[in-house]
Amino acid sequence: MNDKIISLICGIIFGIGLVISGMTNPEKVIGFLSITHNWDASLIFVMGGAIITAGPFFYFLKNKELSALGDKINLPIKQNIDKKLIIGSSLFGIGWGLVGLCPGPAISALATFDPITLVFLISMAAGVLVKKNTIK
Amino acid sequence: MNNFTPFSALLGGVIIGLSVVFYFYMTGRLAGISGIFENAITKASQRLSNLAFLLGLVIGPLIYFNFIASSAPVAFNITHSYLLIIPGGFLVGFGTRLGGGCTSGHGICGIGRLSTSSIIATGIFVAIGMLTVAVLQQFGIYL
Repeated sequence: MNDKIISLICGIIFGIGLVISGMTNPEKVIGFLSITHNWDASLIFVMGGAIITAGPFFYFLKNKELSALGDKINLPIKQNIDKKLIIGSSLFGIGWGLVGLCPGPAISALATFDPITLVFLISMAAGVLVKKNTIK
Repeated sequence: MNNFTPFSALLGGVIIGLSVVFYFYMTGRLAGISGIFENAITKASQRLSNLAFLLGLVIGPLIYFNFIASSAPVAFNITHSYLLIIPGGFLVGFGTRLGGGCTSGHGICGIGRLSTSSIIATGIFVAIGMLTVAVLQQFGIYL
């Protein structure tokens, strides 16, 4: 029960942060990716702000074994820099550049009630499922 | 440089960072949204928690629109071309799961933990995203 409420609260805070940052507006993200044309560097401040805030906590919590709710902490094992990482991140980059939405803002964008966001999310779910069922 | 908004960007980023930290401290899990999304649609375990997080991502902006920024409309401009939306969505879903993370998982949690692979992944998707936009601009899209 607790876990669900905490997840909901964290999602709400994350979503508010996304809107304030401007990341939920695809035009803003495209402006950041448009390095040769009226470049808008704001997104660096979004990622920078989040990393500077979270980084020190991760450092101090890195040896913790149990979360506050008592669950075992399992951080991702060291990921290899392999073909999957490089090709996957490249394909993600293409999709991100085509529309200006990454997964978090894509979900938050449902709050605009623009039906096109649902088309994007269904396509994204299809991509996740195809990957899951074709590559282990 | 048009539309540069460093202060709201930084404030939003700090709030996102606080959410990531609180989520990790309480649950022991990293707030990588593409992973949460995958687990919500494919894994039975913790499905409700993952769905709760995603629901929060939608409720957060609604709270902001209705109670915090009611006077100023929040900009939302997206392409309505299915030729961009459908392949774009598919590649974001497929690519983030193949590469093991997205802007939050690699870009914030991964770099926040000084993970070399996340730093490389983030460099790649930002660079390829920039290249993609530059190519689209050659065809008169997103000028």
